[in-house]
Amino acid sequence: MQRFPCPFCGLRDEREFHLAGEAGKTRPDTTGEIIDTDWATYLHMHRNEKGRTREVWMHTTCAELFIMERDSVTMDVLGTETLRVER
Amino acid sequence: MKRLKNTGAALDHGTRLSFTFDGKRYWGTKGDTLASALLANGVRVMGRSFKYHRPRGVWGAWVDEPNAILSVTLNGRELPNCLATTTYLEHGMEARAVNAWPSANRDIKGVLDWGNRFLGAGFYYKTFIWPDWHLFEPSIRKMAGLGAVTLDHLDDYVSDQTHDHCDTLVVGGGPAGLAAARTAAESGQNVMLVDDQQLIGGSAYQLDKIDSQPPTTWVQTQKTAILTAGGRILTQTTAYGVYDHNLVAMVEQGPFGTAPRLWRMRTDRTILATGAIDRPVTFTNNDKPGVISLFAAAEYLARYGILPGKTAVALANSTLADPALKTLEDHGTKITRVDPTTPNLKSRGWKATTGLATNDRHYPGDTVLASAGLTPLIHLWRHAGGKLTWDEPRQAFLPDGNLDRMQAVGAANGTFDIDDALTEARAVGQGARPERADTRHTVTPLWPTPGTKGRQWIDFQHDVTLKDIEVAARENYTSVEHLKRYTTLGMASDQGKTSNMAGLAAMATLKGATIPEVGTTTFRPPFVPIPLATYHGQASAQLYHPIKRLKLEQQHRDAGAGLCEYGGWLRPGWYGPGPAYPNIQREALMARETAGILDGSPLGKIEVMGPDAEAFVNFMFYNTMKTLKVGHIRYGFLLTEGGIVYDDGVVSRLAMDHFLISCSSSHVDGVRGLLETWRQDGNDPDRIFIHDLTLQWATVTVTGPRARDILETLDLGCDLSPEALPFMRFTTTRWQDRPMRIARVSFSGDLSFEMSVPTGHAPALWDATTAAAEPFNAAPMGIEAMSILRAEKGYIMVGKDTDGETMPHDLGFGAPRLKKTAAFVGDRSLHTENGNDPSRKQLVGLAIPNGEARLATGAHIVTDDKTPRSLGYVTSSYTSPGLGHGIALGLVEGGHARMGDEVAIWHDETLRRATIVAPCVFDPEGERLHA
Repeated sequence: MQRFPCPFCGLRDEREFHLAGEAGKTRPDTTGEIIDTDWATYLHMHRNEKGRTREVWMHTTCAELFIMERDSVTMDVLGTETLRVER
Repeated sequence: MKRLKNTGAALDHGTRLSFTFDGKRYWGTKGDTLASALLANGVRVMGRSFKYHRPRGVWGAWVDEPNAILSVTLNGRELPNCLATTTYLEHGMEARAVNAWPSANRDIKGVLDWGNRFLGAGFYYKTFIWPDWHLFEPSIRKMAGLGAVTLDHLDDYVSDQTHDHCDTLVVGGGPAGLAAARTAAESGQNVMLVDDQQLIGGSAYQLDKIDSQPPTTWVQTQKTAILTAGGRILTQTTAYGVYDHNLVAMVEQGPFGTAPRLWRMRTDRTILATGAIDRPVTFTNNDKPGVISLFAAAEYLARYGILPGKTAVALANSTLADPALKTLEDHGTKITRVDPTTPNLKSRGWKATTGLATNDRHYPGDTVLASAGLTPLIHLWRHAGGKLTWDEPRQAFLPDGNLDRMQAVGAANGTFDIDDALTEARAVGQGARPERADTRHTVTPLWPTPGTKGRQWIDFQHDVTLKDIEVAARENYTSVEHLKRYTTLGMASDQGKTSNMAGLAAMATLKGATIPEVGTTTFRPPFVPIPLATYHGQASAQLYHPIKRLKLEQQHRDAGAGLCEYGGWLRPGWYGPGPAYPNIQREALMARETAGILDGSPLGKIEVMGPDAEAFVNFMFYNTMKTLKVGHIRYGFLLTEGGIVYDDGVVSRLAMDHFLISCSSSHVDGVRGLLETWRQDGNDPDRIFIHDLTLQWATVTVTGPRARDILETLDLGCDLSPEALPFMRFTTTRWQDRPMRIARVSFSGDLSFEMSVPTGHAPALWDATTAAAEPFNAAPMGIEAMSILRAEKGYIMVGKDTDGETMPHDLGFGAPRLKKTAAFVGDRSLHTENGNDPSRKQLVGLAIPNGEARLATGAHIVTDDKTPRSLGYVTSSYTSPGLGHGIALGLVEGGHARMGDEVAIWHDETLRRATIVAPCVFDPEGERLHA
């Protein structure tokens, strides 16, 4: 059982978290033309990196999304950051 | 084999315990294991082997024991798979050898051994191909195995589970573990020391003196020091697995027959002082009872006062063996040492060894003391991701390099010498990382010699011989992972503790490779077998899956509801006594004739508000929502980005910047997560707010032609006429001084009103509504009747009438796909080659000839060919009491273009005919819906 640090709730058991996807994926503007392969890349192609990964996770108990950097080999948590942009 | 008077550090000599083995009564001493008690009584044959039913005695004195597995009954409770060497004797135990009948000593299947040539390596795999595995399977399943599980359900066999944390966990309470735990505790760390035996001390009792103290005194001194410094000590506790983020799983055994307690320990660091185990010597008939590990023999003497034999032949390849042999000799065993590298060694005797023979000599003896060197127990090190290095002087794999949070000390680290081990352990306990000292011992390589005569056992528990490994090599299963699976080497309940090293060394010789080149198989938890009950602990039934309860549960119970789980909620399936079916049919008919009252409280009520709410809801839904007027309701789909229907529901616009999403009852949590994900990742979360108020509002639905008449007697304070409140509109009012929302939506296809009030007010509303309904011959109805009504109307249930490929246009909702200009989740996926395919599975109705029984749900629509192919399947099927015949919905390839076609339906070896029709068979013009 891993433990992840929710930026708002602190260190919690992994079963409280839900992976929302790899970080840094931008949704194509679907009101314009998008060729099939670009859409397929957005939908299905994941970097699935060995080693340092950047992912979006949800802490389901507080519903906050955040970015977590992990090492996919050692399972070490390398850091978290909020998705919110300060204005 | 005899017990010496007043020796044995583990024994309480004053307390005698009675037990039976294979029906015969014996006496043991408190502190004994079943193995030591049997040895003390001169019992040598303790089991029969897995495949060949060869007689077997104990090899080891601890967790490495491969042979002596017993089925033990105490106080009417029988547990299989009890290792004789780790099961502590209790008064009244009845032990039976497994895989043996009538007894281990006189097993009638012993003749199987003569057929050994037919049961060699890869037997199972070969019979999969030729002639036919099924010919062998029944008899093999009956004969093989190590014990039978009783069918008794032990209600109180429930594991406690506990979570804990310490700075330093020390695994293993031998000399090194005690020394490390003491210095760690005395340097201020929060220390937990665990040891799997009842008596802590590990191999200490084999030694004359430790730090010039007798072992018993020394162990007691360390224990006291650890406890005084604030450390904790757990005995009979095995650390069996290391998991991510320094989670160490441990089981603590209690009295026999009780479920062990699971400890989930979080540690800052773990010190492995797990020791080492002896390796068997590979020679002909090395599995005979009486061939025993030299270090196990020394342990039996030290802990249990048992002298393993009068005359023994010793095979040992290291100077480590010398003190153990001397101790045994000092206590009276006559020992002859034989060079273990002598070719063609063979054990004599049938049910027990009578000595060793070489090509030209016979060495008589009642015992063979064998040791091919020590294997450090590095399982936990491997679980944690540590690497191994092959150490030539020690002939062993040792922990390689450093893990941040784990260190091995003592024999587990290859530091076999006691003084070196104590120095190392004390340094590590204090936080140092000393280099491993050179070994003071010499070990002569001693590994199996392929190509030699005779049956030489590698894996005692799974009956794998050296010949089997040769066969595997010949048939090109040379990778250790293939070798393991082909021969089942190391796959028994001991997981190859005594056999893996010999097996991979044999393979190395066969391949002409070195041992490190061949490598080890993967070490996986658990280190020892763990009852599955340990893992689930108390987490079963309600504690595992708490069901959601309705505010109105008592009202439903009072009305005689049949309560079932629907999407995580305990809901009325129907009302009334007797079997469900007639009640369901009666309710469905009633709802069509007068009205039915349904508790719709679990229906999702997720509010979305804020300045960007309109754009957000419009983006989330397949259907255009931005044109929705305040006070209006619209049906829509939520899709995945893959264009697949995730949920359906209605959206009410409460205000320009305030929407209410009524998603399916069972998808509320999922929809909330989906909305939150898009809100925070891709939108400005300060301009959109999402509140799941499902539990805060209860809903009572009245549906049927008399629904308005019933509501009008409730004094709701609002105009319910079709002009004031038409279909797909809502109104807000106050009822009994509480807010109420009345929505004209319908899942039944009839005139319907959904009344929502704050949950606390639900009982009053329910009581008033049911009372008001009575004069109209209307009453509560359950989910089951509603399922029939909605199917008559062709309304889908997501997940039942849709699958993981269904897109909204497959359900007849094609317009937004073609016309909606704004972006929405899943939009582009609807226009891929797959999305455009005319042969997609589409929702249709299926009509059957009058008088026939309804179709089976799940039945396949098939082509009429000789080799039929599935075109889809029946998703919903009911007998409609209103229509008087069976109705069905289904997903059929290209179904929308096939209206009127007759198709074949295959189910349960029977072929039937049906006609493809529109999904809606009730009120297709919608007159009743809009009434």
